[in-house]
Amino acid sequence: MSINNSNTLSRINSPKTTYQYDQFDKNFIRERVAEFREQVRRRLDGSLTEEEFRPFRLMNGLYLQLHAYMLRVAIPYGTLTSQQMRRLAEIADRWDKGYGHFTTRQNLQYNWPKLIDTPDILEALAEVDMHAIQTSGNCIRNVTADHFAGVAADEIEDPRPTAEFLRQWSSAHPEFSFLPRKFKIAITGATHDRAATLAHDIGLRLVQNASGDIGYCVIIGGGLGRSPFIGKIIREYVPRAALLAYLEAIMRVYNRYGRRDNKYKARIKILVHEKGIETIRAAVEKEFAAMDHTAFQQDTQEFERVAASFAPPPYETLPSESSKLTKARLETPAFDHFVSVNVSKHKIAGYAIVTVSLKPINGIPGDATSHQMCVLADACDRFGFGELRVSHEQNIILPHVKKDDLYTLWQTLDAADLATANAGLVSDIISCPGLDYCSLATARSIPIAQAISLRFSDMARQRRIGKLGIKISGCINACGHHHIGAIGVLGLEKKGQESYQITLGGDPGFSASIGEILGPGVSADQVPEVIEHLVDFYLAERQENEAFIDTWRRLGHARFKDVLRREGEDGADI
Amino acid sequence: MTKFKHPQILLASNLKDGEVVFLGHNGWERDFRHARIAKSQEEAQILETIGKTDYSANIIVDVYLTDVEITDDGAPRPLHYREKMRIKGPSVRHDLGKQARGAPDEH
Repeated sequence: MSINNSNTLSRINSPKTTYQYDQFDKNFIRERVAEFREQVRRRLDGSLTEEEFRPFRLMNGLYLQLHAYMLRVAIPYGTLTSQQMRRLAEIADRWDKGYGHFTTRQNLQYNWPKLIDTPDILEALAEVDMHAIQTSGNCIRNVTADHFAGVAADEIEDPRPTAEFLRQWSSAHPEFSFLPRKFKIAITGATHDRAATLAHDIGLRLVQNASGDIGYCVIIGGGLGRSPFIGKIIREYVPRAALLAYLEAIMRVYNRYGRRDNKYKARIKILVHEKGIETIRAAVEKEFAAMDHTAFQQDTQEFERVAASFAPPPYETLPSESSKLTKARLETPAFDHFVSVNVSKHKIAGYAIVTVSLKPINGIPGDATSHQMCVLADACDRFGFGELRVSHEQNIILPHVKKDDLYTLWQTLDAADLATANAGLVSDIISCPGLDYCSLATARSIPIAQAISLRFSDMARQRRIGKLGIKISGCINACGHHHIGAIGVLGLEKKGQESYQITLGGDPGFSASIGEILGPGVSADQVPEVIEHLVDFYLAERQENEAFIDTWRRLGHARFKDVLRREGEDGADI
Repeated sequence: MTKFKHPQILLASNLKDGEVVFLGHNGWERDFRHARIAKSQEEAQILETIGKTDYSANIIVDVYLTDVEITDDGAPRPLHYREKMRIKGPSVRHDLGKQARGAPDEH
């Protein structure tokens, strides 16, 4: 059932800056939709049992959650066109409840689709070159990337061509469709890690060798969940021409030796931990040397074909400073704060990267209404070459905005409740859906995020505190990345009640670390208060320009634990 | 079967649309207040048997018994907060789920 219309397909000011599906891609996803439509029909008429059908629906991103089915749509490497964003909004209105949830893996989740409608939804996605394939199941999942890819001032190379190259390689790869467990790959091309590469099964960093050639530093065995591990470098440099072959060697070693007897020990991180990185490295190198490389001989040309799709947009030649911007900042303090907090340096003079926060005070992290999606689509058509990004931090990025246009853009965003100036601040909280939606959750996470956000609702205070990552998960699976939050919150069940464990010292960047548990779990009501005490202590102790994580590292965990003990003694009931 | 400690109701998800449903006296109900309450292990086993039959008949999925208490008006109220959530909808969006259609506004 098509919902094609001229509104969806119009892309004003929209050059081709990202990968365009060719006929092969289009045929592939349309065939998958037709296949799933038939599977749904057979499920409904009883030809397929639930046990038989479940793997099929999961392969197409369809889960059964607490209140309804949930469809997880892939947004490869977080890149969306305005046309695609409009289509997501239309689907939300037509088949869901008028909103979507942007996730920590650059996907979008609909929380209320009906099974009987899902084939139509997938067909509507296919019309704009989108799908939900491999957003679930024991396969290589959506490849994620730095959300500032291609525009960051600190970038060695745009990681998106590599991410697309990997998407094509990993989609329906027959050898890797039944892995011991799910498998997540993230890539960055910058000197700052905005993709949490050390917390993935494979992390890739674009690097330059001594000869100036660009290749990949390959990291394996990172991951969060029940047993968190920071990834380890398996090879400092893999030439581009050998990337797929080397990754296949890793996947083969994992496929062969990864545990299938215990799902909690089946991720590659456990294999690396149990065998040791040296043993795994030796096994991978042996496989890499022994494998038939014939199939990879066209990789370089294929990469170049893919990379050609990611041409930079037709930037204007502009002065690096904008007098229009300077004037607007002086005249409008709220806009000035927005620019200070949500606008980042672009590699092209006269342009800026804008982070649109999906974390309004007391809002639901990552949720956007269909109206907001349309506002964002229109805004990027008008101001940003029709391209958007989704960050793993659950925000939306307009990657190419002229500095001269920032004020008008801000007014547009503000009118749609999209101008919260908190990117990276204490209320820019990452949160999984938790027990409000998720059938795996052991506690709610969204209300905790809302309560913290309300506690720190004074924006001036937030700016004084500075960058501080709070991440909340509603269960040990850690979709909210709590392990790598400077302050992490994990919701658990304790004696039939929701209980929250707080961790400190997590870091998602190149200096990645897993947070340490602060103490016994606290109740939902206590979480904001505990965090406020920790933040107050940090403010009192921090040195100039010192981030929370650096103060924690300098003073040590025990000093922060002492804060709560003292507060408890003072009768603060913590 | 685990030892019977509390009254129980049988809940599941409707196959076609995924909505939470409760086994009532006349089939599957979308309002938990119409759920049939098992007050003994034997009654709970009867509910489970019906659930298994309807699961096999492709009417419902994810079927299980949950402990409840019986309120003054005779309606069941789940004891665990997870099922308290399921009978209503998301606690952060009162405009969504069963609560939006007038299910009781309390857990």
